[in-house]
Amino acid sequence: MDNSAPVNFTLTTGGEQAAHPLPSIRRRQLREAIIAGVITAMAVTGIAAVVLILVFVAREALPLFTSADVKAELGGFGKMFLPQVWKAGRPASYVWQPVGTIAKYSMIPLFVGTLKVTVVAMLVAAPVGVAAALFTSEFAPRRLREVLKPTIELLAGIPSVVIGFFALMVMATWLQTAFGFSYRLNAVVAGLGLALAVVPVVFTVSEDALAAVPRAYREASLALGATKWETAFRVVLPAAAPGVLAAVVLGFGRSIGETMIVLMASGNASITSLSLGDSVRTLPATIAAEMGEVVFGGGHYAVLFFIGVELFLFTFILNSAATIFVRRLVRRMSGVQA
Amino acid sequence: MSVGSRKVLGTAFTGLTGGAALLIVAMLVLILWDVVAGGIGRLSWEFLTAAPSDGMTGGGIFPAIYGTVVMTLLMTVAVMPVGVATAVYLHEYAPPGSRLAELVRVAVTNLAGVPSIVFGLFGLGFFIQFVGRGMDRLLSEPGTLHYGQPALIWAALTLAVLTLPVVIVSTEEALRAVPRELRDASLALGGTKSQTLARVVLPGALPGILTGAILAVARGAGEVAPILFTGVAYFLPDLPRSPFSQFMHLGYHVYVLATQSPDVEAAKPLLYGTVLVLLVLTFALNAVAIAIRTRTRRKAEAGH
Repeated sequence: MDNSAPVNFTLTTGGEQAAHPLPSIRRRQLREAIIAGVITAMAVTGIAAVVLILVFVAREALPLFTSADVKAELGGFGKMFLPQVWKAGRPASYVWQPVGTIAKYSMIPLFVGTLKVTVVAMLVAAPVGVAAALFTSEFAPRRLREVLKPTIELLAGIPSVVIGFFALMVMATWLQTAFGFSYRLNAVVAGLGLALAVVPVVFTVSEDALAAVPRAYREASLALGATKWETAFRVVLPAAAPGVLAAVVLGFGRSIGETMIVLMASGNASITSLSLGDSVRTLPATIAAEMGEVVFGGGHYAVLFFIGVELFLFTFILNSAATIFVRRLVRRMSGVQA
Repeated sequence: MSVGSRKVLGTAFTGLTGGAALLIVAMLVLILWDVVAGGIGRLSWEFLTAAPSDGMTGGGIFPAIYGTVVMTLLMTVAVMPVGVATAVYLHEYAPPGSRLAELVRVAVTNLAGVPSIVFGLFGLGFFIQFVGRGMDRLLSEPGTLHYGQPALIWAALTLAVLTLPVVIVSTEEALRAVPRELRDASLALGGTKSQTLARVVLPGALPGILTGAILAVARGAGEVAPILFTGVAYFLPDLPRSPFSQFMHLGYHVYVLATQSPDVEAAKPLLYGTVLVLLVLTFALNAVAIAIRTRTRRKAEAGH
């Protein structure tokens, strides 16, 4: 390609005429095309990652449907979701007990456990996060706002294993003293620990949504005689509603998938009960706790990967919903001049 | 409603929302205070440079610090080129309204929401079982496993995938802050698109790209769930010698000391010391990143 290019346009810049003839236009164009190609190819990595995650996690779960050995070990797919009679004369129940003479793989205790912890976390994190966002964007003086935002963002920077440690060592003791739980580690401790991880997510996304509401909305409301809090509560918050909803949904997704905090602070007993004072075992914690002890390629192994597929799908749905809400907010705000 | 009651309600509402903000900050302070107060007495030169001894109740945590740092470095080397290139594609190269760019954006958003434990399963299923075992079939003697088992490199690559969205989002924000006029000036002087990118756009976006790198490092250093099955070990007599060795890790050390220690009370000082080191590492990095970002954002706002 070097000098054999049939068309020999040379571009020269003013200062260095003829000393260094620049490469021919063709060569330049080729180089530009290659660079653009490489950059585009690398950008596809993100798409590839999401697809590969689903494919390879699902691949390890596949023996549940294809392997005769694994199917025999589980005794049918329905056993994972339907109540089973484990002892003659006893009522049918849901049991997760993968290690034992008869392995029992009911998903229900894990679903219930995950739901209990998540509900506790969201009941605290959603109102606190949204209220703090309202305060930061509507009531706090400018100076305070500029300190509050980064400070709360810092909470998101604490590794979840450290929050888990704090919940396990400190919060569990406080809460047991305060409420007299019979189990030191339970759904409330894990849920409140989880709330610490979720609150910055809810806060940051809602604050962004509230800040995106045009000034004109507030000015119009105040001019009509509404007070500051009436404006915040009845004008700004409803206008930013899709964004705030997205914040809560994202927080929900985060709390379903969070592993280390619940692994450390929930007690990890797979009990199917509605009491918040009982120990619980969640879906992610089950994978984390049991993967180290499974036989590779066996039924237990496949079930844990199946839980991974479930978690992937749950969070994928929640994230997609949040994306749709955010788009709705952007569309709603884009027609108005600030 | 009377003026008086409206005023009272207003004060109550401000107090309530302010109380929520205060509660979050108070919890942050409480965590920091507990860790610092519990761990500061344990910190010493020996603690930072010695290996654990006496069944994990004595000695130091050097192998865990070393493993965390090396793994994070490998991760950064893997994630930065791909993350920056993706952001460059999205902001500089994708034609307006591009379907592909839209798809990349959706993928990255969803990637950010995948639970960390699922990344661990992915690392095990893809990097170890597929890539590693595949390499063994080609390169190792039959019947031996050299690559297809948990190792530093697989953990680092798993975390590189996990931190990809962090780098992309920060870099794109940085690219957005580079004024259009600079690009136009470079192009008008005859610079090509890639020359403009390399000599004008990327240097201008450097602080933001750096922020992304720091945030990714802080996130990567603190995540435990993704490395559980991909390379971490509780105790190793030697430091990892190659990327295909297993390694010790600060976060995993905290988890094991806190939950599986036979004598929790005896391990407690060591535990608090380890948490403090981990927290200082991730927290300091985060604080630096947030400071840079806040400053560049303010500058960008002032510029427009």
